[in-house]
Amino acid sequence: MSAQPSKNETASPPMSSDASPQPIGRDDVDWVSAPKIGFWEATFLPAIVQGLKTTIRHVIEHKPITQEFPEEKPDLPTTYRGVHRLNRDEQGRVKCVACFLCATACPAHCIEIVAAPSPLPDRDKFPEVFVIDELKCIGCGMCEEACPVDAIEMTSLYDIFGMTRQEMLYDREKLLSVYDETIKLEVDPVRTRRGELGPASGILSAPIHEPSEIAMPAPEPKQGR
Amino acid sequence: MELLATLIAIGLVLGAILTGCAYLILLERKLSAWMQDRIGPNRVGPFGLLQPLADGLKFIFKEEIVPGQVDRFLFVVAPCVSVFTSLLAFSVVPFGPVGTSASGFPDWLRFIIAPQVDIGLVFIFAITSLAVYGIIMGGWASNNKYSVLGAMRSSAQVVSYEIPLGLSVLGVALLSGSLNLEEIMNQQATAGILGWNIWVQPLACLIFFLSALAESNRLPFDLSECEQELVGGFHTEYSGMKFAMFFLGEYTHVVTISFLVSILYFGGWHFPWIATADSAFTGAWIVKIMVLMSKVLACIVFIMLLRWTLPRFRFDQLMGLAWKVLIPLAMANVVATMVVLQYGWSPAWLGLFSIGLFVAAGVISIEAGTTRRVTSH
Repeated sequence: MSAQPSKNETASPPMSSDASPQPIGRDDVDWVSAPKIGFWEATFLPAIVQGLKTTIRHVIEHKPITQEFPEEKPDLPTTYRGVHRLNRDEQGRVKCVACFLCATACPAHCIEIVAAPSPLPDRDKFPEVFVIDELKCIGCGMCEEACPVDAIEMTSLYDIFGMTRQEMLYDREKLLSVYDETIKLEVDPVRTRRGELGPASGILSAPIHEPSEIAMPAPEPKQGR
Repeated sequence: MELLATLIAIGLVLGAILTGCAYLILLERKLSAWMQDRIGPNRVGPFGLLQPLADGLKFIFKEEIVPGQVDRFLFVVAPCVSVFTSLLAFSVVPFGPVGTSASGFPDWLRFIIAPQVDIGLVFIFAITSLAVYGIIMGGWASNNKYSVLGAMRSSAQVVSYEIPLGLSVLGVALLSGSLNLEEIMNQQATAGILGWNIWVQPLACLIFFLSALAESNRLPFDLSECEQELVGGFHTEYSGMKFAMFFLGEYTHVVTISFLVSILYFGGWHFPWIATADSAFTGAWIVKIMVLMSKVLACIVFIMLLRWTLPRFRFDQLMGLAWKVLIPLAMANVVATMVVLQYGWSPAWLGLFSIGLFVAAGVISIEAGTTRRVTSH
């Protein structure tokens, strides 16, 4: 008793979501029955032959899609989210301004920052301690999205290892060294918004040679605030 | 001389089967990899050819874990029974030209361990069905519900499939008037390619193949160890060499049924123009052995192909297949064979009758399929 398509068209309007569910009328149900099987289907032979043809075709026209990993490296997309790095600016300084946006955005709470008054004239704070627990990191990439100054980025390095949990805590220097390594390889250009970012980045990129234009007073390192 | 020859044959067969099984596992892994667009084991030795050696070493050096809750004696005995029965069944299987047609050999050189066993087929079925004891003991001794479930399934399955297995071979035994495997093989060889039993017993061959596959717990009938439902089935608690012995038993079983299919239905070492009954050139026996081995290998590869082609049966489907389909068909085949022999008709009728039976089974299952669906509404 298969339903006519026209019957389907004339079915009663769908129930509004707030109404309590009513028993569904018999006409509203689309009655489906299993299709009748023919003689050949009942013997299973064509299905088996078809399946065997597929398996044999894969054996004969063997095109493996796996890679021989240590010898062959995978061709990663540029948006691959591997281990983090802390970017340096043109003068080789840490870009990070210790704003805590990445640590706040991180759903795994794997970023630990301790801010300190910056010794640099063009920013208030800099990260005295910046530790990412790579074992806790879930690789979501929210930290690099949150960063207003393009300081934190995820690279295409994936084969990181450590013999202890302590070794997998990546501190500031290690994250900077990741930057030095990956920038040498030229597989990971500094990519987020290409330096055209928020105010801090603008300060860093365009007017860097004229520090007098910066309206920010240079903090004295020892005083704190 | 007789004793020495037997000992040599035993050593030869044992060595050949053990290395053969090791390389069959490699072949299966490679074939599975190719079917799944992978590369397969290729790290140990050229093309991974030393992989079986590495596997064996790993199994031997692995820690023998005997869990605390098991029945120690049965736990250790079970894999031994599994291997022992599978290997014992091979003693009456000829692996080359034997008997009268093996001219040019001294009498003591022969390609079978126990020659002229007149109850050959019965012996094989009696011994191979003992393999289920290994599985039941393993499952029971493991003291683990998944293992017991696997063992119970397996016992029900093996007991059910024993019947079509025996019935399907009965036709061949009736036609050749012997249960002796050498005799059956030699009769087909002298009769030529048209004398192969596959032409007169095609349906029995199919039933035998299916039942033997079920008997050896291979996919698509491996309900006793299906990973998705039972973890590892009866061998969940086994590791190391004990697990390897279960595995070895299963593979030896596969080798044995491949030999039996080749010998019972596909003429053994006979192949037209290459290896016939009257080919007496030098080294004919090597050719004959090669022919038999090629048939066996083709059968094994087919079983491996089936593994990745067919999905696993549900348990009720499995039982339905045995009791509702295979047993009635095998019975009808036996009756037809007896009628043809009794009235002295041409055996060629049997081939046609088999096809007729197959068609009838198809038609019946269409009807059965429709009625079942109507009642389920």
